[in-house]
Amino acid sequence: MSLPHVLPPETAIGGRFGPYGGRYVPETLVAALDDLIELYDAARSDPAFWTEYHDLLRDVVGRPSCLSEAPRLSDRVGARVLLKREDLNHTGAHKINNAIGQALLARRMGKRRIIAETGAGQHGVATATICARFGLECVVYMGEEDVARQALNVYRMQLLGATVVPVTSGTRTLKDATNEALRDWVTNVPTTHYIIGSVVGPDPFPRMVRDFQSVIGVEARAQVLERTGALPATVVACVGGGSNAIGMFAGFLQDDAVALVGVEAAGEGIATGHHSATLSAGRPGVLHGSMSYLLQDADGQIRPAHSVSAGLDYPGVGPEHSWLHDAGRVTYHAVDDREALDAFQLMARLEGIIPALETAHAIAWMTRPHPPWTREQTVLLCLSGRGDKDVAHVAAAVGKLA
Amino acid sequence: MATTSSDSQLTDVWGALRQRRRAGLVPYLTAGFPTLAESQDALRAADEQADVLEVGVPFSDPLADGPTIQAATFRALANGMTLPGTLQLIADARLTTPVVLFTYFNPVLQYGVDRLLRDAADIGVAGLLLTDLPSGADPAVERAVQGSSLDLIRLVAPTTPPARLECALAGAEGFVYLIARLGVTGASTSLATDLEASVARVRRATTLPIAVGFGVSTPAQARAIAALADGVVIGSALVDVLGRDGVAAAGRFLSAIRAALDAG
Repeated sequence: MSLPHVLPPETAIGGRFGPYGGRYVPETLVAALDDLIELYDAARSDPAFWTEYHDLLRDVVGRPSCLSEAPRLSDRVGARVLLKREDLNHTGAHKINNAIGQALLARRMGKRRIIAETGAGQHGVATATICARFGLECVVYMGEEDVARQALNVYRMQLLGATVVPVTSGTRTLKDATNEALRDWVTNVPTTHYIIGSVVGPDPFPRMVRDFQSVIGVEARAQVLERTGALPATVVACVGGGSNAIGMFAGFLQDDAVALVGVEAAGEGIATGHHSATLSAGRPGVLHGSMSYLLQDADGQIRPAHSVSAGLDYPGVGPEHSWLHDAGRVTYHAVDDREALDAFQLMARLEGIIPALETAHAIAWMTRPHPPWTREQTVLLCLSGRGDKDVAHVAAAVGKLA
Repeated sequence: MATTSSDSQLTDVWGALRQRRRAGLVPYLTAGFPTLAESQDALRAADEQADVLEVGVPFSDPLADGPTIQAATFRALANGMTLPGTLQLIADARLTTPVVLFTYFNPVLQYGVDRLLRDAADIGVAGLLLTDLPSGADPAVERAVQGSSLDLIRLVAPTTPPARLECALAGAEGFVYLIARLGVTGASTSLATDLEASVARVRRATTLPIAVGFGVSTPAQARAIAALADGVVIGSALVDVLGRDGVAAAGRFLSAIRAALDAG
């Protein structure tokens, strides 16, 4: 099956989603962002660009990713659960969709050096993979704490020829890895493209990354219609920065009858203050170049996020999510570490799929008691990544909680 | 507030410097570093040497700053420094030099833009520089600053292309802060070789005085810049001396820079 990739309608106006987004960066980066906007806007309407992109998604990633029935999880949930299998992508998660699109842009700009930030390591691995394929230099910034809890992905990046730079400042996680990547970019901008891994950062990143990830939602919508003859009742995805969720939701934003649900990480519980539930418990502010909901104190200092899952451990969220949240088009919930760890194990036993800990948050929300779904209704889950990277960490965390 | 002949303290200071053919010395200090008490002493020591003082508001995510100012920032935050704390510090220090508040945008946004402009004006702050608010990023905020008694200080980077210069400087007040080289803040042993061309480019686009910063760390560098520009910003090198050797050493460091400028 080959599906034409039709980009969903643009939701941003002048680089903003309602009041969110924008371009809050040092002056040094403005020219590079101007260039990127010009280049991307040209590429966006260039069929040759998308043909090349889709050829690579087929050859490198193995797209389209399949849609799987989940019979035993369906019994548990009380609805027909369908899984969009981004975990089966080469490199093991949805991140590669975006890395390929941006690497193509970097090639068009003639930039031979790529930098990236990574939390769980999936975006770093995806970026290192496409850089190997394209013969580009790759430097990945990763918080020291994440380097420790995602050792397997660190080694994968190194195998792929990337340099992994542990970041020791601030919280030593994704937030500070992003700061360090931005510092590198400010210093090396004439030769370097920064492949941001989520729908965050200054314009055009949130809409550009969304476009590259919208392949998830566009494919899934067609696949669900083909499989069931109807649209799903509910579409569920986990939200850290929110790239898999925005990519999935992009396929369904026009379908008013489809309920869209984003699931954030409640960490040790929202009441404890140790969480990453930005939309559930944050308020708007400016971080990493855009206006969006943030975890912050009264003085506007960014508060450290917490989640058992490195990929959700981020105190911000994509600006389009903030807008969808305010507009009420997407409902956001939060799931804590323990529920996610339970769902991680449940999914393995029920379906023979070890999901990424990030995805386990979305699964946990589905298995909570709900206003009744019916067996005739479809719930579509974005299975954003596989959990091999998390196995050792989960074994340790479950042992600690037991 | 000091009595001024124009409605801008900064215009007056730079005008006087120009008349005396003197280069301006613009030290930067992070509020609340190394301790709350020493921070005030450091401001007073800098006040004796400075023509304009930049006071940095610590922010948890200083993405435009190098290791020195990052470290100072995290110390200042650990000391409990905040944006209101910075205003209090400036008020308590009773400085004679015009002060530019140097800050990332989020603390200002949370405090309230109009409230900050009012409170900063009340204690005589002369200008506001928002590190991550380039020209055109948020016109409502930019208009609010321009409509206040504070000058809106603009940054110009080596990567600012000629076509953007006009926009980057639109509504700029007080003086222009020219970033000497690509990168984050931090001392450097060498200055950018194309600095002369950069200054000339900005000169053609504005009549405002030009202060050059990022990487200036020695009296010789300061003198070289003074030959090209109207003022020299000393940030990381000063913060470094202050953190390592204390307030008195920071004062001596600044007087050496001052002497080099005056000899130039």
